[in-house]
Amino acid sequence: MTKILIALVSSLALFGLAFILASPASYSAEVKSLRGAPDIPESAGAEKIFPRDASGKFTKNYRQQPPLVPHKVDKYEIDLKINQCMRCHDWPRNVEENAPKISETHYVDRRTGKTLDRVARSRWFCTQCHVPQTDAKPLVKNTFKPVKIGQ
Amino acid sequence: MTVDSKNDEAGGAHPSADVNDKQGLIKRIWHALWRPTTRYSLGALLIIGFVVGILFWGGFNWSLEMTNTQTFCVGCHEMEQNVYREYRGSVHDTNASGVRASCPDCHVPRSWIHKVARKIRASNELWHHFLGTINTREKFEAKRLELAKHVWTTMKKTDSREYRNCHKFEAMDVTLQERRARNRHLEATEKGMTCIDCHKGIAHQLPKGALDAERELNETWNKVNGNN
Repeated sequence: MTKILIALVSSLALFGLAFILASPASYSAEVKSLRGAPDIPESAGAEKIFPRDASGKFTKNYRQQPPLVPHKVDKYEIDLKINQCMRCHDWPRNVEENAPKISETHYVDRRTGKTLDRVARSRWFCTQCHVPQTDAKPLVKNTFKPVKIGQ
Repeated sequence: MTVDSKNDEAGGAHPSADVNDKQGLIKRIWHALWRPTTRYSLGALLIIGFVVGILFWGGFNWSLEMTNTQTFCVGCHEMEQNVYREYRGSVHDTNASGVRASCPDCHVPRSWIHKVARKIRASNELWHHFLGTINTREKFEAKRLELAKHVWTTMKKTDSREYRNCHKFEAMDVTLQERRARNRHLEATEKGMTCIDCHKGIAHQLPKGALDAERELNETWNKVNGNN
């Protein structure tokens, strides 16, 4: 019984070895996509991290611009259950936390036009419009000029 | 050990031959326990008792500590699928300094007496595990607020004891903190606030209705205990 087992295992090992040695050196050369053989760079480099800019309040570029957030937002939870921004920015908590209250327009239900007691659902996800302050350069060169007051 | 229970003994009950075996055995063992030995010395018994005591205490402590590991906690799928997955990626799981706080660091007290008291209370958790109270995602979400309130109330009662396992006001260098954090922490030390007052939803998602529940908790707490 053991002799058969030894024979079986050693033959399998030899077969496996032969298979590995006989196969081509690298399989990556055989990968083809619709674009042809893609050229994957060796090292893409790390993404640039834009740290938060806490040097005071950024000025708005136009009246309707959603004000920028002067503090870190990554740990505040906004999901279907809860909006943690409202912990400080909704009435009456904004009074004790000494934080700006969200605009009155955010209490208006966009669909019905009614004014609500709590923030409207269409305004639930703050960070869709309000971004943290940071010194990030424009991705694309452009000629945008902020609105000058009084003109 | 010789058992001298059959004859010559005054005042003791003697098991007779026709009593059923189980009773006889127990009675015999009981009598044997409370009779002085004739074969072994006091010293030998003491030393053996001491060694066995160490083994048993070590075993007890080892199993207690085994139930105090993250691996053990996430063994229950209610924990692994819900709160553990929320914890992963949070600041206590992965951060710049690589220092980790896992389930027992925040949920099990460190000092022995409080730890054992919590372990005894954990029988409630075992009970609900077998009842299947939160064994689906929906059931868990339905109970999330209640469970969160339990933890918040406990933290209020203990002045955020488990937070202070690692984070101590005296050790906080506020000059290294951000402006908002610095102001809040200084205000907290002045007003005698406790960590849980602000730091909720640290490792797990906040429940629906958390903000109102927090306000209610603070109000009832202040009413009962005076401001903060």
